[in-house]
Amino acid sequence: MAAFHFELVSPEKHLFSGEVESVVAPGADGQFTVLKDHAPVMTTLKAGVVTVAGGDGKVEKLFVRGGFADVSASGFTILAEQAIPLAEIDVAKVDADIQDAREDIADATSDDARLTASDKLAQLQELRAAIGG
Amino acid sequence: MPSLKDLRNRISSVKATQKITKAMQMVAAAKLRRAQSAAEAARPYAERMDSVLANLASGVTAGGPQLLAGNGKDDTHLLIVATAERGLCGAFNSSIVRLAREHITRLQDQGKTVKILCVGKKGFEQLRRQYERHIIELIELRGVKQIGFDNADEIGKKIIRMFDEGGFDVATLFFSRFKSVIAQIPTAQQIIPAQIPSNENAPAVEGPQPCYEYEPGQDEILSTLLPRNISVQVFRALLENAASEQGARMSAMDNATRNAGDMIKKQTTIYNRSRQAMITKELIEIISGAEAL
Repeated sequence: MAAFHFELVSPEKHLFSGEVESVVAPGADGQFTVLKDHAPVMTTLKAGVVTVAGGDGKVEKLFVRGGFADVSASGFTILAEQAIPLAEIDVAKVDADIQDAREDIADATSDDARLTASDKLAQLQELRAAIGG
Repeated sequence: MPSLKDLRNRISSVKATQKITKAMQMVAAAKLRRAQSAAEAARPYAERMDSVLANLASGVTAGGPQLLAGNGKDDTHLLIVATAERGLCGAFNSSIVRLAREHITRLQDQGKTVKILCVGKKGFEQLRRQYERHIIELIELRGVKQIGFDNADEIGKKIIRMFDEGGFDVATLFFSRFKSVIAQIPTAQQIIPAQIPSNENAPAVEGPQPCYEYEPGQDEILSTLLPRNISVQVFRALLENAASEQGARMSAMDNATRNAGDMIKKQTTIYNRSRQAMITKELIEIISGAEAL
């Protein structure tokens, strides 16, 4: 299969850059796969897992939360709000964080604190749903 | 003529100061490395953002969202002045404030209303003297060790909320661009309405321009992309500022250490001379005393 250029960047980090064979991304209107010579598309992303298949059969999975995908003649670029390689996520820790966030909501004394805590909980739950298991 | 004890005290106090400035310089150097790599890590995202935005904006026909085209007015200006939380970094804070002040004066001469949003305490302290009633808020980032995107996002959202409520028409961001350790350039950047980077540098595509497909729609994407762009610009400014601050502090402290060294050398010479003079004087007194006998 032919390879094309793929880049995944978040505001804090440059996570992936290189030649790949296919990328599956969680688009706002559903999952889509990009192969070489894909028609130019621009779409927003929802939280989910991006699956990158490299030329040597290596598959890399990354969790992304929100952002933009830009497929153009020069390649495929994802601008993610947040991106973490799945390998770096510890399921037990995520579960513990969810528990913490729930407690934070219960303990919150002001509306602001409650709002921040529930935002955090929602984000964690998205992450939990994405990694499954 | 100061006594020998005075001179000794003075030398030891300068030595103590020199140790402090030296330590501060070293700390700044270590922090600078970290700040610099953070600023570099954020660059690709901002660059991509620019190119995606340029791509999108070129397809927008007249009008478009207010964040892009402005709300048609030019009466109230919001100045976001980003400075450091701490002093002792040379002219870093003053030069940003000076640029902002020039801007304010110019706007006021044109009869515009000016609002100021301060990020960082030092700029707030300097601007407060003159423009107290224009300052609407001070955002302190004192407790923040490493600026994350969340910090910038919060500021970005605040700015957008104010814009939506009609709090201002034009927003300009003031910060210091990090060029090198010895050169930081105070910069003013207009973020609302967005200044679209020209797409001239992009590689020209042969033949007819590819026709983009937008999912869900071009306007929806643009309306989520533009607010994010504000946050990204703020984030970039904060990171550049952090690196500039450490760079400025490093060179300021380097100068201070060198000055202290010079001063110690000078004081030691004076100290040795007057000690020698004292000994000579005592000898003369003894000898002339013995001769008199």
